[in-house]
Amino acid sequence: MTKPQITLYRLQACPFCERVVRTLNELGLEYRSRYVEPMHSERNVVKRVSGARSVPAIVDRETGVTMSESANIVEYLQGTYGEGGA
Amino acid sequence: MVDFDVVSLPETEHVAEGDTAPDFTRPLVDDEYWEDRALGEVVDGPTLLLFHPMDGAFQGTYLYNTVDDHGWADDLDVIGLSISTPYAHKRLLAERADGVRIFSDPGAGVIEEYGLAHDIDGMTGITESRPAVFLLDADRTVEFAWVASEHPDFPDAEALDDAVERLVD
Repeated sequence: MTKPQITLYRLQACPFCERVVRTLNELGLEYRSRYVEPMHSERNVVKRVSGARSVPAIVDRETGVTMSESANIVEYLQGTYGEGGA
Repeated sequence: MVDFDVVSLPETEHVAEGDTAPDFTRPLVDDEYWEDRALGEVVDGPTLLLFHPMDGAFQGTYLYNTVDDHGWADDLDVIGLSISTPYAHKRLLAERADGVRIFSDPGAGVIEEYGLAHDIDGMTGITESRPAVFLLDADRTVEFAWVASEHPDFPDAEALDDAVERLVD
């Protein structure tokens, strides 16, 4: 299995996470999913990588970017990997 | 131990010593998250691969208490597998099995491939794993195998301890 550059921390059936997945798919980006618990207090791994316990959060090793909040993530992905992006 | 015959399980063509443990991909759960992982990618040294009945059944509880008591997770990678969901594995790992990661195989496809399927009487539609223990070296060669032949049945912890020592040293 090849290791995708983008890791998505997600919660099963979280609409904000699905929004990010849709963007990843639209842009044809490879990603790996790491599922965490619904309980906020159980998400130490997300806090460790992103500084907050909220999901979705992505880590993009290609660019060194770590980011939370789906609107920010979608904007970042489109700006970086979309048409006309950097 | 008891004055009646324990139920015997039928003969099975299971993964055995000398075989290469079949590769598979399933969600692998640790105490923080789960993600799809391939066994072949996870095994990079001596590994204890444990198949056990669904989380909550006392056989799994005993098995992981034995793993904890012997400190095997300090000596080599300990990887479990059952039909339980990642959420159930997380609860199990919060209570015991320190340092262990557990694959989730709800459809029992991996369990079938390893020749360990066990249809539980009175739980229609559920295919379970019979308890089984495989010690693997870094290229997934099975160095030690034990598969339950009775219901219930437990691996010989001392024999396993010896096998772990032989493999790790």
